[in-house]
Amino acid sequence: MALAETSVQRARDVDLSRAPRIGAVFGIAVIFISAIGMVGTFATRSMIGSAFSLSRVLLALLAFTAGYVATQPPPQLEGYRVAEPSPRLVGVGSIAGAIAGAMLGLFAILVDSISIRDIFVEFTPELVGILTFEQGTGLGFLLLLLLGSALGAAGGAVRLMSARIRRALFAAIGWTLGLALLQILFTQIFNSLQLDFLTRLLYRGASGGLSVTSAPAVAVALFLIAYAGQGRVKKAVTGFRGLQGEAQRKATVAGMAVLLIILGALPHVLGNFLSSAMDIAGTFLLMALGLNIVIGFAGLLDLGYVAFFAVGAYTTSVLTSTSGPAFSPELTFWTALPFVMMAAALAGLLVGTPVLRMRGDYLAIVTLGFGEIARLITLSDWQASTLGGAQGIANVPPIPVGPWNLVEAQEFFYIIFGFVLLFAYITYALQASRMGRAWNAMREDQAVAEAMGVNIVAAKLWAFVLGAIMASLGGAMFAHRVGTVFPHSFNIIVSITVVVIVIVGGMGSVPGVIVGALVLVGLPELLREFEEFRFLLYGVVLIFMMLKRPEGFIPSRRRQREIHEDEVAQDAWLRAETERQREEEAAGSTGPERT
Amino acid sequence: MAAKVKAVAAKGGLQFPLVDGFLWFVRIGLLIAIAWGAFFSLTSGRLSGQAWRNLIVFGIAQGAVYALVALGYTMVYGVLRFINFAHGEVFMSGAVIGFFVTDALSETALWENAQILGLLLALLVCMVVSMSIAVLLERIAYRPLRNSPRLIPLITSIGASFFLQYTFRGLFGADTKVYPSTSSLNGRVEFLGFQILNRQLLVIVAASVIMISLYLFVEKTKQGKAIRAVAEDQEIARLMGINVDRTISMVFALGGAMAGAAGLLYGLVFGSVNFFSGFLPGIKAFTSAVLGGIGNIAGAMLGGLTLGTVESLGPSLVLAGLNIPSANQLKDMIAFVALVLVLIFRPTGILGERLTEERT
Repeated sequence: MALAETSVQRARDVDLSRAPRIGAVFGIAVIFISAIGMVGTFATRSMIGSAFSLSRVLLALLAFTAGYVATQPPPQLEGYRVAEPSPRLVGVGSIAGAIAGAMLGLFAILVDSISIRDIFVEFTPELVGILTFEQGTGLGFLLLLLLGSALGAAGGAVRLMSARIRRALFAAIGWTLGLALLQILFTQIFNSLQLDFLTRLLYRGASGGLSVTSAPAVAVALFLIAYAGQGRVKKAVTGFRGLQGEAQRKATVAGMAVLLIILGALPHVLGNFLSSAMDIAGTFLLMALGLNIVIGFAGLLDLGYVAFFAVGAYTTSVLTSTSGPAFSPELTFWTALPFVMMAAALAGLLVGTPVLRMRGDYLAIVTLGFGEIARLITLSDWQASTLGGAQGIANVPPIPVGPWNLVEAQEFFYIIFGFVLLFAYITYALQASRMGRAWNAMREDQAVAEAMGVNIVAAKLWAFVLGAIMASLGGAMFAHRVGTVFPHSFNIIVSITVVVIVIVGGMGSVPGVIVGALVLVGLPELLREFEEFRFLLYGVVLIFMMLKRPEGFIPSRRRQREIHEDEVAQDAWLRAETERQREEEAAGSTGPERT
Repeated sequence: MAAKVKAVAAKGGLQFPLVDGFLWFVRIGLLIAIAWGAFFSLTSGRLSGQAWRNLIVFGIAQGAVYALVALGYTMVYGVLRFINFAHGEVFMSGAVIGFFVTDALSETALWENAQILGLLLALLVCMVVSMSIAVLLERIAYRPLRNSPRLIPLITSIGASFFLQYTFRGLFGADTKVYPSTSSLNGRVEFLGFQILNRQLLVIVAASVIMISLYLFVEKTKQGKAIRAVAEDQEIARLMGINVDRTISMVFALGGAMAGAAGLLYGLVFGSVNFFSGFLPGIKAFTSAVLGGIGNIAGAMLGGLTLGTVESLGPSLVLAGLNIPSANQLKDMIAFVALVLVLIFRPTGILGERLTEERT
């Protein structure tokens, strides 16, 4: 009954103390990206017209987000009255934005007045210029304060809109910025599809971003499309899921056919440069699909996954290179392939066997050790006679398919994504298999799984071996694509990148892993400005995901259920409780009014 | 119930005969390889007795640095049962900040006249900076995850590690920073036939003083008692009126301060640091912590010294004896092999017995 009593209390639409706190957090964030040089680097890239560089857009977005986050309604339990957002949200947002802007202004004044460039390499006069709109620190501070306040107010004002308009607005902003940021991608696509006029219409020059006139037009058009088309995608997905039997199979086949046609046409649409970016992403995707089995299915966190990548790359290089250091049988890719897989399986067993009894964090560290050992061995003079030491192995031939040699990135795309499809299929097949269920059981509780008769040794070793084979094929692709292998290509950063792909995409989820690889590896290849900050962003993304969404962006449904088990149970209880109350109130017609 | 558990355990034991055989094979093979290598190295007379002693001193100095960093790992593990992967970066922050402080001081009169005072000042700054980073890290990244599954904080700490590395790169540049020369640390002392460079002596003395103070702090003070209580059982410690959050913050603060001090000492001994300097010493310090028995403060010190010495002696003693060319290239590999072997064969370490059950 306590629930009913509190529900008549006036619910607040905003927690006022949030504004200064969120403002300060975002102030620190904007100062941070200025201090590490992101603002300086991004300033060279124009997004919309010549006035809106990437750094300005980023800072503006942060101020806007400050306003939006500051006006987040306080948590409300089901059954309580939902507060109507009031216009004071605009004020609250503007306070948060103004605080962030003022902090950035103070930072600019500090950088301008004290010379500590010897320590902080990015504290340059140019940075001050960018931050203060070249207006001097006094006027610049004022401008930052006002702009921050205005953007923050806008962020708060968005809360007053209906959900449908808000969603369409966000979609429009996001797509417009995406069009500007990924100019290289869209230009290429428009040109291949004979839509050159779009390129001329939208963009200024080869890399100048959207033009001042096209940007608002695009934004409005996208807004209308998003507004009208809202819910269609979701409906289509639920429609597809709802299909039964024959109809579902037909829909799946049709979907696969469309996917294959798109994949087949993609390299021609994308052109050489973008295809090579896709190839790099594809190589990581092969590894990520393998690690997805190890982490996502079997629950074994492997931080030394690069070892298997190296085994694949080096085995195929030694066997196929025309200038191998000592031993070079000069096989082709296809004849070497069984040996690559065998070597990888052996490596998987070698790593997997000693760690059978380990779980969790110790396993992670041991595998990390194995990964580094692999790199140090390839780097050493000790094995230089077979592995080439620091010089690596050169002249790895391209992959022959029939009478052709796959040299161009566009041709290579097919073989990489052929393997991706194969691995994706294997993953789906395994998921439903006896082994897949054994992995699930083992991941959730090893002791119970063992007691239920799951063969833990076999399950773990299979996970390691399959993961190793997939990674080794990624490594082989890498070696044949680049044509040389060096020890430095196999450091810990590769392992971490693959772990980030799997975790951010969603452990155990194939679509998640695919999107993860494309976004986390493919995109940075296109956005050269990001290269320097790539691993910084990986770090931020990892922390953020673990704090806010540990199941990943596109979670596997099973994994999500596991992680949110308690919450789901609680929600179910609460829903039942409120339902019961509503019924009671409906019976006795004098219940408190509800919105 | 007990019988059931026993049956399961027995079955688990039966499942592993092949694996156990393989592991015994590895164990015996390694012992033979080590004995073989050592025998041939010693009989070949490639290095003089003095050279061996120098290697030992070098190993101890390096091990002292590892021990300081290992304390951070071991204390956090003892209290929270999680590997703070980003601790190596806390160490790196001390090393990088130490460069800027010593570099700035090296242009003042203080550096000429009272270098030890200058170094103490630098030590203080490094400890404070690293301590703040460690405490902030705990507050922002780890505290919200206190009750989540065990892999989640580990993955967070990997993210934090990369975040800190590339933040330092962005803030201070990617170039390698070379510490200023320290004239007062150039000589050497003779001690029982060991020739100890002054800078090595400084590291050993400073590390010993810091470690002894830490030991006394944890064993003798009230706050130390609180730390031990929280490590034993958080819930009961809370019931006894201990502020668990503050105690955990203090653990991170102590670990961070040790790591900051280690960073400066590392910079003074090896001379140059960059934003990536935290990774290898971090892993090695973790190895030391496990080697000594994770969660055990004395163990971390012992493990650090052991690993430092093994790593320093290993290439010349074992690898060179096995006719492996340029054995010093594989110095880091010795540390990693040690890590893998300790975790596989004796995850409880030399001194630790306490944590076996909770760990698995």
